[in-house]
Amino acid sequence: MTDPTHHLLELRGVTKRFGKVTVATDLDLVVSAGETLGIVGPNGAGKTSLFAMISGDLHPDSGAVLFAGRDITGVSAHRRARLGLGRTYQVPRPFEKMTVFENVLVAATTGAGTRGQAAATLAGETLDRTGMYDVANRVAGSLTLLQRKRLELARALATRPRLVLLDEVAGGLTDPEVAELVTLVRSLHDTGIAVVWIEHVVHALTATVDRLACLAGGRVVADGLPADVLADPTVRELYLGQAVATDEDVA
Amino acid sequence: MSTTRETAPRVSGGFRVRRDSRLSRYGMLGLVAVCIGLAGLPYVVYESVTSSLVTLFVLIAMASMWNLLAGFGGMASIGQQAYVGIGGYTVIWAADQGINPFLGIAVAALFSAVLAVPTSLLAFRLRGDYFAVGTWVIAEVYRLLVIKSDSLGGPSGRALTGLSDMGLTARNAATYWAALVVAVVCVAAGYLLLRGRVGLSLTAVRDDEIAARAAGVDVTTAKRIVYLVSAAGCGAAGGVVVVDALSIQPTAIFSVQWSAYMIFIVVIGGIGYLEGPLLGAVVFFALQQYLADYGTWYLILLGVVAAASAVWMPRGLWGQVVHRTGLRLFPVGYRLDRTDQQ
Ligand SMILES: Nc1ncnc2c1ncn2[C@@H]1O[C@H](COP(=O)(O)OP(=O)(O)OP(=O)(O)O)[C@@H](O)[C@H]1O
Ligand SMILES: [Mg+2]
Repeated sequence: MTDPTHHLLELRGVTKRFGKVTVATDLDLVVSAGETLGIVGPNGAGKTSLFAMISGDLHPDSGAVLFAGRDITGVSAHRRARLGLGRTYQVPRPFEKMTVFENVLVAATTGAGTRGQAAATLAGETLDRTGMYDVANRVAGSLTLLQRKRLELARALATRPRLVLLDEVAGGLTDPEVAELVTLVRSLHDTGIAVVWIEHVVHALTATVDRLACLAGGRVVADGLPADVLADPTVRELYLGQAVATDEDVA
Repeated sequence: MSTTRETAPRVSGGFRVRRDSRLSRYGMLGLVAVCIGLAGLPYVVYESVTSSLVTLFVLIAMASMWNLLAGFGGMASIGQQAYVGIGGYTVIWAADQGINPFLGIAVAALFSAVLAVPTSLLAFRLRGDYFAVGTWVIAEVYRLLVIKSDSLGGPSGRALTGLSDMGLTARNAATYWAALVVAVVCVAAGYLLLRGRVGLSLTAVRDDEIAARAAGVDVTTAKRIVYLVSAAGCGAAGGVVVVDALSIQPTAIFSVQWSAYMIFIVVIGGIGYLEGPLLGAVVFFALQQYLADYGTWYLILLGVVAAASAVWMPRGLWGQVVHRTGLRLFPVGYRLDRTDQQ
């Protein structure tokens, strides 16, 4: 697994500071093709910032981001999307005045590069897959938070990603809804799409991911099999107090 | 002008997309009828009517361009007078080269778009308020450059030559038609731009630039296309202004007042709707016709109308129409249906 050609995504010594706040300190991380990686970490750990640096919304102060064997550190966000990097936003960012279908169609045409009927089919199937077909012709601004989160997912998938970054897509979902989402993410895994999933709902992650990483203070403090990471004393000290609280909220 | 060509429902793969509704097809048909009627107007009404309509057409053209720029591209420029002025002076320059001023309007559109390329490189480095003020400063720079040029008449401007051998009636009618064509082309260009693939990207940019990028939209290119189209349209409108006035004066043609008009019309009519500037221009034109005698009060009233509209009608007049009736004259949206759910 150390053969670099197996790594779909690789972060090398990435550092990013906002004034006194350090969101990434000499951070290394790899994701293999088709792998599902979960990321946990306390609030403000730098998880979302990490996604922003992978997707190109944020530029690291130093270090490199590699995707599919290519250095994409200087590549713009839209090019990364076209290369196969899809992402969702923790706080959903729908195109409010467009319909749900149009939202997804944007990604299918510009992100996946499809046209005409192929684009319509890709967008339609993605809506089916994410359970959004019934609201396809509704204006996105009228959606509930839950539907907005699903739309984030649909839009990311419609770019036909090789790697999709999910930022707390399960937050606020009921248990059956979380189960549905887990099934969906597993189906991505089956089609060979790599997933990096940030989530505070730990049981959703452990049910889905191959590997778990824990982020704190801009560093990867643990990385490995989910059970091992959750058993890690540093992780327990840092994070599990909060995770237990989250689990109680869900229960 | 695009006709009411129906998008045939494409059947395959279980999904089909529809672009226009029956309502919008009738609306479009009505619009085409209005254009044909307007084209025949010089044969039936007094010249005073057609010559005042030239102003309306110029306003429609300019406001449509500002709506594309601000309403879709998110570029709230207050410097579009740069292209009004460049377009105007291009017509003057073209006439000096022996080019017919009516043809000169097309040259003006082209030259404005060409100058917009380097200008956009500068302006696009600025964001938000800085962009707005920056575009104004750029327009002022163009005005100062023109004033320094003796061949363009310096600070006092120039008269337009090349139309003196044309009869008054023929010239007035030709000016009217030129203005009508420019307005129709500007509106149609906006429609075709938004209906196509760039339009989908632009609409996404209008709603959320960052999310658009993440979906794969090349935001800068989409914006640059809009900026160039908008420059061309304003340049053509400036050309019409000069052909209509038969003279040019740098302070007037490069006046920020043009941008103020565009903003007023778009805000009143409904920003981000292609139909908005049409409706807004008619309202503004009517106010101008009936209230211009009141001098300062007229300006105060315009301000009050704009402020009231922004507070109580943030989506503008056309936004209200869409909200109540769902009518869109220019169907640029996409509707998804299943082919097996008939
Ligand atoms: N653009 C920014 N400017 C300044 N500070 C920022 C910016 N973006 C993030 N931060 C700060 O960086 C730190 C990490 O933020 P980030 O959103 O990456 O955390 P997170 O791990 O996703 O947290 P959460 O679990 O709450 O979503 C926070 O302290 C945040 O306030
Ligand atoms: Mg976060």
